[in-house]
Amino acid sequence: MEQKGWRDIPIGGMILEAGNAVEYLTGGWRAFRPVRGEAACIHCMQCWLFCPDSSILVDVENEKMAGFELEHCKGCGVCASICPVNAKVIKKAGEELERDDPRLCIRMVEEGKFQE
Amino acid sequence: MATKLTPKELSKRPERLAPGHRLCAGCGASIIVRQMLAAIDDPVVIANATGCLEVATTIYPYTAWRVPWIHNAFENAASTISGVEAAYRSLVRQGKIPEQNVKFLAFGGDGGTYDIGLQALSGAVERGHQFLYVCYDNGAYMNTGIQRSSATPLGAHTTTSPAGKVIPGKQQNRKDLTSIMAAHGIPYVAQAAPSQWRDLMKKTRKAVGCGGSAFMNVLSSCNRGWRHGTDETIEITQLAVDTCYWPLFEVEDGEWRLTYKPKEKPPVEEWLKRQGRFRHLFRPENRHIIDELQAEVDRQWERLLKLCGEA
Amino acid sequence: MSTFEALQGNEAVATAMRQINPDVVAAYPITPQTSTVQKFADFVSDGLVDTEFVTVESEHSAMSACVGASAAGARVMTATSANGLALMWEIVYIAASNRCPIAMSLVNRALSAPINIHCDHSDVMGMRDSGWIILFSENGQEAYDNLIQAIRIGEHPDVLLPVAVCQDGFITSHGMERVEIFEDADVKAFIGEFRPQWPLLDLENPKTYGPLDFYDYYYEHKRQQVEAMENSQQVILDVAAEFNKKFDRNYGLFEPYRLEDADVAVVAANSTAGTVKVVVDQLRDEGLKVGLLKPRVFRPFPAKELASALGHLKAVVVMDRSISFGAMDNAGPLFLELVAALTLHGVHVPVADYVYGLGGRDILPREIEQVYRDALKMAETGQVERLVTYLSVRE
Repeated sequence: MEQKGWRDIPIGGMILEAGNAVEYLTGGWRAFRPVRGEAACIHCMQCWLFCPDSSILVDVENEKMAGFELEHCKGCGVCASICPVNAKVIKKAGEELERDDPRLCIRMVEEGKFQE
Repeated sequence: MATKLTPKELSKRPERLAPGHRLCAGCGASIIVRQMLAAIDDPVVIANATGCLEVATTIYPYTAWRVPWIHNAFENAASTISGVEAAYRSLVRQGKIPEQNVKFLAFGGDGGTYDIGLQALSGAVERGHQFLYVCYDNGAYMNTGIQRSSATPLGAHTTTSPAGKVIPGKQQNRKDLTSIMAAHGIPYVAQAAPSQWRDLMKKTRKAVGCGGSAFMNVLSSCNRGWRHGTDETIEITQLAVDTCYWPLFEVEDGEWRLTYKPKEKPPVEEWLKRQGRFRHLFRPENRHIIDELQAEVDRQWERLLKLCGEA
Repeated sequence: MSTFEALQGNEAVATAMRQINPDVVAAYPITPQTSTVQKFADFVSDGLVDTEFVTVESEHSAMSACVGASAAGARVMTATSANGLALMWEIVYIAASNRCPIAMSLVNRALSAPINIHCDHSDVMGMRDSGWIILFSENGQEAYDNLIQAIRIGEHPDVLLPVAVCQDGFITSHGMERVEIFEDADVKAFIGEFRPQWPLLDLENPKTYGPLDFYDYYYEHKRQQVEAMENSQQVILDVAAEFNKKFDRNYGLFEPYRLEDADVAVVAANSTAGTVKVVVDQLRDEGLKVGLLKPRVFRPFPAKELASALGHLKAVVVMDRSISFGAMDNAGPLFLELVAALTLHGVHVPVADYVYGLGGRDILPREIEQVYRDALKMAETGQVERLVTYLSVRE
């Protein structure tokens, strides 16, 4: 955002555009990104409940989890850690899995290594 | 009809905290705010004490808040919201603005609540303003660099109670603020955690609907200050609950009620060992502090069970 | 039809508050402001006002609640003194920088330590950089009049700053005088409705108050406050003109008393100005050409106008009821600011500072007379023998 002079901004430090923080793209912070894996999403919306950055996309009409909002997602990995499908996959595997294991529903992939 | 407390229905609600705020990846505070605001269907006006939540969400010229929001200073979220609430009641009573079932909230960290903000909080609830004060308790003055607060657990390393050669971390047990607030005799007081989101949301609704002053103390993990992975937020929060370091209960019109009883009560050590801020306690010369903390957790848990009629 | 009532200064202020009928008052008692708050509480309990009266648990919470209420969109008033003001100091700055038009009765009392409940001006001087408009009042009448005008001044869209109306603790706050009280309807008509431009309670247009500024924006926000201060001087004069038209009492930036043809003058604010007027009349009867300049508007400081009003004099003596410790010659703040104003506007006249009345120390007409005689000597010799004199302190 271009820096404005004192005459061009509201007085008293007020910010009149509610929620304009969306213009600040925190997606650039990521070291890892959440990616959909092989295990099918059950659209339980738990990831939506626990995302600190309001970055789970929701298809309201069809009541489905529609993906990750990558302009703001910081790659914290909370979604992957609480995903119940991930938990099932890990239990089935009977061992600890790597965070980017393709069998998971939500996997966390290193940003640099990610390929579309 | 209030929104049903299911993730599917709740996920249809508009996001009142926009993305683009600069809280750390995996911060507990924003999870708490999102869950609580999703649970409230009515319009809200928020006063926020200085701290991580306030600073990271309102770096000029950006604001992540899509609701009316005011930050005044560090110790006065409760007195600020008292003024907003008084203005609302006055203007509605005089017919200058319409009655809109507005819910007034104040958010403060443990810094702005247990310590510097305690007076304003006590005064505001004593006067009976209709508002909900939410303390997002991450156990230290995190925003200014992880300094100890009266909410910091015994033995924790903070930058003002460091684990050094002579003194191994914080020397005092944490203050039981929730009991202090219950002693004010206000209609609703609760302790909650975002890992038990349904419990948190039910409590939020009771709190904003109680017709008087309400207080909720919500455990907010801080991966920077507690030293754990960014993805472990919910897991570590739940461990705090299960070890009974952070029991979940409510006090409704003076009636104490336990709202969550862990199936198993692991030793508090299970929670401590996951966090870097307690690493020094696992040295042989410091292990007795873990025992002290366990004894305190057990004492408080027994006391709570008695109060809740579960002993 | 106005009525004339026997009222203490605090009662006059409380009466103004009743007639203004603010939406919210958040206040904490402190001597010698207490009777204002108590009298107002009576009005509240008797249903004579619509005000939501928040009996906060400290002055810090008082100003905090005032800021919240003002930002919400309410007309807000409060009152305090001395250490109460000191306690709310953090929020006093925030009230101004958040552009909350709060009107405050400041009953001047000495700051601790040692604790002293009597009058001096150390409290108000501590807030002179805070961004508030500050008005002095000689007596209860002026406090009443100033508080009514303060509502219009602060709420003016070119200003939007909080206003403090001072009066001397105990001396006028508890002194009973004949005060003209206007009709409720006339006061109500004069102050009009409060039309907040950016209320928090406008739910359709959610806004954020009190963000974090980095070094890239803080300066710009402060520059805006300068603009508001600069605008306020004309607004103060316009409101005074309107007040004069309606209520037939003329206020300006200061009051000159037998000043125009004087050789020497004293500059003194609040109640002492009243005593000075008596001494001026006595000395004039002796044939001495003495006068008084009584400051009314301290912030914004009317430097040019003061210099212009004092430019013809042969000597000026400032009377300060506080000390700015460690300032040049440990003088008082009024002197320091006036000297700067005179110098910068090319008025080169001997000026001296007389610090008086600290902690409620009485100031007697004969002491003021001596001050004038010193001033006349200064005028004669063109010399200032001693820059700062501490009147009536026991050596």
